Amino acid sequence: MSTTPVQPQPERIGRLERPALMGVLMRELINYSSFWRSSAFSSIMEPVIYLLAFGFGIGALVDEVDGFRYLDFIATGTVGMSVMYSSAFPSMFSTFVKYKFQRTYDAILAAPVDTEEVVTAEALWIGVRAGVYGCAPVIVATFFGLDPSWGMFALPAICFISGLGWSLFGISIAATLNSIDNFSYVMTGVLTPIMLTAGTFFPLSQLPDWAQALAQANPLFHCVELVRGAVFGWHGMIDLWHVGFLVAWSLVLWRIAIRQMTRRLVD
Amino acid sequence: MTSSAPPAIELRGVVKRFGEITAVNGLDLVVPDGACVGLLGPNGAGKSTTMRLLTAQAIADEGELSVLGYRLPDDSKQARAQCGVVPQLDNLDVTLTVEQNLIVFCHLYRIPKADRRAAVERALDIARLTDRRDAKVDKLSGGMRRRLLIARALVHQPRLVLLDEPTVGLDPQVRQELWALIERLRSEGTSILMSTHYIEEAERLCDTVTIVSHGTAVATGAPSGLVAEHAGELAWEVFGPPTMLSEVETVAHATGRPTRRTGTSVTVLGGDAAPTGFESSTQRRTANLEDVFVLLTGEEIA
Repeated sequence: MSTTPVQPQPERIGRLERPALMGVLMRELINYSSFWRSSAFSSIMEPVIYLLAFGFGIGALVDEVDGFRYLDFIATGTVGMSVMYSSAFPSMFSTFVKYKFQRTYDAILAAPVDTEEVVTAEALWIGVRAGVYGCAPVIVATFFGLDPSWGMFALPAICFISGLGWSLFGISIAATLNSIDNFSYVMTGVLTPIMLTAGTFFPLSQLPDWAQALAQANPLFHCVELVRGAVFGWHGMIDLWHVGFLVAWSLVLWRIAIRQMTRRLVD
Repeated sequence: MTSSAPPAIELRGVVKRFGEITAVNGLDLVVPDGACVGLLGPNGAGKSTTMRLLTAQAIADEGELSVLGYRLPDDSKQARAQCGVVPQLDNLDVTLTVEQNLIVFCHLYRIPKADRRAAVERALDIARLTDRRDAKVDKLSGGMRRRLLIARALVHQPRLVLLDEPTVGLDPQVRQELWALIERLRSEGTSILMSTHYIEEAERLCDTVTIVSHGTAVATGAPSGLVAEHAGELAWEVFGPPTMLSEVETVAHATGRPTRRTGTSVTVLGGDAAPTGFESSTQRRTANLEDVFVLLTGEEIA
């Protein structure tokens, strides 16, 4: 207002500011309140259906896998699958829809929020969601005989860091591809092989040596290994490698997602 | 405008290229503090790109830009904190209610918790949607949505408002509602930059108008001043069949008078009489900003 001239402050506002991150998180939260039922239903029920169908179907044929009851083995595997799908898919689709069809990012970036903050806050939110959704299969399995353990309290954190990475993966894909139709290549060509070669439904030892070696580069494998450690007992130092891999993978994808989104959103 | 405050917007020699295309080509533009300035030009003149430059959603290749005294793009974030932006294309969250849309923006614009309630009520009042606060956006009419879009940009009481084609695609009555809303902002001393290709809108609302063509400012001034300077006081509009209109143009050009086609007629500018020989088919009218625009740019406004 011309009646109260405010002199601009000389110092710059920093990067990754809390108020900007909170603003974007609040936007996600308020939007989530309008569709949480469908989101929670699909993200929780999908893995539970897999768990029960495979657990009882194949579990009747197979007593033990890698020394675990098959239902327990698959309960832990579906946690990883659930986290991957409930993080990568919503991030891919909602990021694409928001920039292409709803122009949401134009509105957010006109406010005192930078691309880096949008990407970070949206991925954090998906990570938090994954931290909650991901626990469902294990909780359900305890009703079907899985022994509770203290390590299960680590599940939200494991699911969070994995969900964060998958969300950043989804954002990077959405910001890179020009058409939503091309998502099929990623879903079938990337995510499905990743899902099936991570020790989710059957142990890696069933795969050829080269596929087992490749699994070391599979983020879902590291997630599933950590979930099994939490539920059945930690493996020792190797678990630190799994954690380290997931953290490093998320950090790399964080920078890639920001770079791709900046290219997309800022001319 | 007499004010000691720095200009709300100052652009000097701004250039923005997209590959081979130069969307903004050495644009100079000043919005004095508290003024309402219109950016008038046809589609593709670089108006929307200019708007995006002002929020650092596009980065200029050359030139100097400052908004509210902050240099862009480095200090854009501070400037954006005190700017309200009304985009040309509706980007409301359609699955949320009117009130939720406003609350989201209270958070994005960092309104302290204690003030949010009042900010939302104020914005609902501006949009005249207080009784529709719980309605989902996709249940609103086009006019209501546009009012909400404007009110959303005002939740934090910005010092500068950027309006990109605020009334495009709206029926005349809704357009006038929005003009009243913009007029209210103006009277409260908010600085406004408004891009438009509606001449009447610029004439009614703007203190000064900058006419842009191919990314460059071709004239700047008060609407009435621009008309007096470039088109004179009166215009003669000659009606007739196409062949006759061509003859009118030939006669007018022979005496150095500029003309422009206006649908089924040809408008002859300059001079103080109807074109010789066509007096009976001529109507006299006041010259307007549209005449200036066509004269200066050689383009019909869309």
